[in-house]
Amino acid sequence: MFTLPWLDLPLVWAGLIAIAVLAYVLLDGFDLGVGILFAVEPEDGDRDVMVNSVAPVWDGNETWLVLGGGGLFAVFPLAYATIMPALYPVIISMLLGLIFRGVAFEFRFRATTRSGRRLWDLAFFSGSTLAALCQGLALGGLLQGIKVVDRAYAGGWFDWLTPFTVLCGIAVVIGYALLGSTWLIWRTEGPLQTRARGLAKILGIATLALIAAVSLWTPMLNPVFADRWFGWPGIALTAPVPILVALLAWQFWRGLRLCHDVTPFACALGWFVLCFAGLGISVYPNMVPPSITIWQAAAPPESQAFLLVGAVVLIPTILAYTFYAYWVFRGKVTADTGYHH
Amino acid sequence: MAGIDAVVLARAQFAFTIGFHIIFPAFSIGLASYLMVLEGMWLRTGRRVYLDLFQYWVKAFALVFGMGVVSGLVMSYQFGTNWGAFADKAGPIVGPLMGYEVLTAFFLEAGFLGIMLFGMKKVGKGLHFAATCVVAFGTLLSGFWILSVNSWMQTPQGYAITADGHFVPTSWMEIIFNPSFFYRFPHMILGCYLAVAFFVGAVGAYHLLRDRSNLAARTMFSMALWMATLVAPAQILVGDAHGLNTLEHQPAKVAAMEGDWETHPGQPLVLFALPDQAAATNRYEIAIPKLGSLILTHKLDGEIKGLKDFAPQDRPPVAVVFWAFRVMVTLGLLMAAFGLGSLVLRRRGRIYTNVWLQRGMVAMAPAGFLAILAGWTVTEVGRQPFTVYGLLRTIDSVSPIGLPGVATSLAAFAVVYFLVFGAGVAFLLTMVSRPPIPGEPGPSPEQPMRSSGITPGPVAMAAE
Repeated sequence: MFTLPWLDLPLVWAGLIAIAVLAYVLLDGFDLGVGILFAVEPEDGDRDVMVNSVAPVWDGNETWLVLGGGGLFAVFPLAYATIMPALYPVIISMLLGLIFRGVAFEFRFRATTRSGRRLWDLAFFSGSTLAALCQGLALGGLLQGIKVVDRAYAGGWFDWLTPFTVLCGIAVVIGYALLGSTWLIWRTEGPLQTRARGLAKILGIATLALIAAVSLWTPMLNPVFADRWFGWPGIALTAPVPILVALLAWQFWRGLRLCHDVTPFACALGWFVLCFAGLGISVYPNMVPPSITIWQAAAPPESQAFLLVGAVVLIPTILAYTFYAYWVFRGKVTADTGYHH
Repeated sequence: MAGIDAVVLARAQFAFTIGFHIIFPAFSIGLASYLMVLEGMWLRTGRRVYLDLFQYWVKAFALVFGMGVVSGLVMSYQFGTNWGAFADKAGPIVGPLMGYEVLTAFFLEAGFLGIMLFGMKKVGKGLHFAATCVVAFGTLLSGFWILSVNSWMQTPQGYAITADGHFVPTSWMEIIFNPSFFYRFPHMILGCYLAVAFFVGAVGAYHLLRDRSNLAARTMFSMALWMATLVAPAQILVGDAHGLNTLEHQPAKVAAMEGDWETHPGQPLVLFALPDQAAATNRYEIAIPKLGSLILTHKLDGEIKGLKDFAPQDRPPVAVVFWAFRVMVTLGLLMAAFGLGSLVLRRRGRIYTNVWLQRGMVAMAPAGFLAILAGWTVTEVGRQPFTVYGLLRTIDSVSPIGLPGVATSLAAFAVVYFLVFGAGVAFLLTMVSRPPIPGEPGPSPEQPMRSSGITPGPVAMAAE
């Protein structure tokens, strides 16, 4: 049978799943962030512009989450089967939040009364915030470790709820809000853009503080993480991460000061990529910290090879199309025209 | 391990979320093919009414497709949250098939849905029709993968089981094209076609009752009745073949469908009964002698195994399967009656004037969807007490989630689904309560009425 013996399939698949999750965080991050920013942008016209700026792309963004979840089930069933029960309330809440905001996208434009519209706006805001918070909690819960006995989750109900995971939850909400505000700087103009710039300053500081807090706390969770970050030779790999974060921070404020359109967004995305890389450095070679490695979690090679054929053809196609769609929708979004160039 | 009650609730949760979900993809599958036919007819005949109907229904398609994607998101996580042991043991086989479904759907959504929804004036008729065909084909392909997974869980083959109880694939061809797939897949697709035909027919009838001269309403009504005439009887034949296949591979399920407890030649056809699982008998049974054997074995004294041939712990919940089957069959016969009855009226030239046919069709609007739900209840509950038939028990498939957790999440899903999809269905009904008009506009470029996937809107296309 077809198994590709010359390829370290689990490692390849771990990379692909990581790419899918990163793509999800970067892409859905900014559109969830736009929803979170509804809290501080109460005006109907501005809200329309904000929603229109993400309307053409949000659904494609969200599909990466299906790809990540479906992919995990297909090629790392043990990881899927232990992470999901361990984070049960968090995952369910995240899904419900995403449902609310997904349909709010469609329905807020169809609501015929003002109060109806307010209700869907509220659904959009709270769904976005809940989804972001849960993603942070899930990240924290995974990092602090999941207790597995006999290939099944063996922890308690609320193991995922600790000060550390709450910090991660807040960090993701604030980080997504930062992505949202910098996205608005890029894609809008006038007073909305000016306000987004002001927000980005505050959110930028808050995000950096939270990144620092999570980064300092993570090595304390687990001696392996600490050794990875501060021991030799790990430090050769890890030292560039904070340095690059600082460099991006300098660029970020320079871009804000000089009123660049794209630079703040690009820098905020860069922070997320670096944080993601940092996570990878901490967790590798585990799939489910602290006890299940990538290879232990892997489905048999017959399964991994079978799906790899489809993934190799379809994922680049999807990526290419994603870039194309973003290219098509480049330019500023205004109140009267929807999109213009 | 979770207690039995948590297992029942986890099953209820899966049934609830997939029961909601399945309506939308079924609608998408049927409607996508219908849209393809409409556009094809328009290109071939040049008659404006087909384009009007296309534009009328493509808006409903966008809404329904969107709800399908949102409710589908939940499904892709449900296997892990509630069925972790199943995901771990059967994941190597079930997972990649589901993975192909996700990739297929994603690919389709990314590329062609946007053109189909918004690109009519931008890409030319030929290319637009091609996009519509790809979307229709894509919905069928999604259905292909899901039905393949489900059929494998019913009639598993092409696998090996490791010492610690994990399924490992040995032949993907055998897995994908397992014995019940060839019956379940056409049965489901025809079910989707019928469901949409009766929904479209009901909408046509509703508008005919108000304005008998509305050409678009007349056309959709007539097309829907043709579908009923041709497909409903075909579905009965396919369903019969599917039943025979089930008799071969899952005799306990058939015994539950039939309400047969004893094994003997010349089984009766039970019309009515209250099956009593504990006492292993039927109460208040009304039955026609020998007919059961005639239908299932095509012989008067053919032998059909009764439920007592299976250990009590291996029997599915009989009453649910028994009644769901009767609901499905009754609806199927009713749909066939409408199809054949309308043929008689059509020959007399009365389908546009017979008010009772139209009122009946309005009442039949949900018939096809109810039949799909009943049919899925038969096949899924009939597979119990196993998730992978004969190999992996449901009780050994669940996640270690306690009763309060499953109960809370089930309640949350129930509230949110009724709220959200209730609103969605209300929008859909509002949409179709408006009559189709000559020069029907396409999806509005002003509102972001988008389904899943990256769909370049008309403004963007205009800007190119």
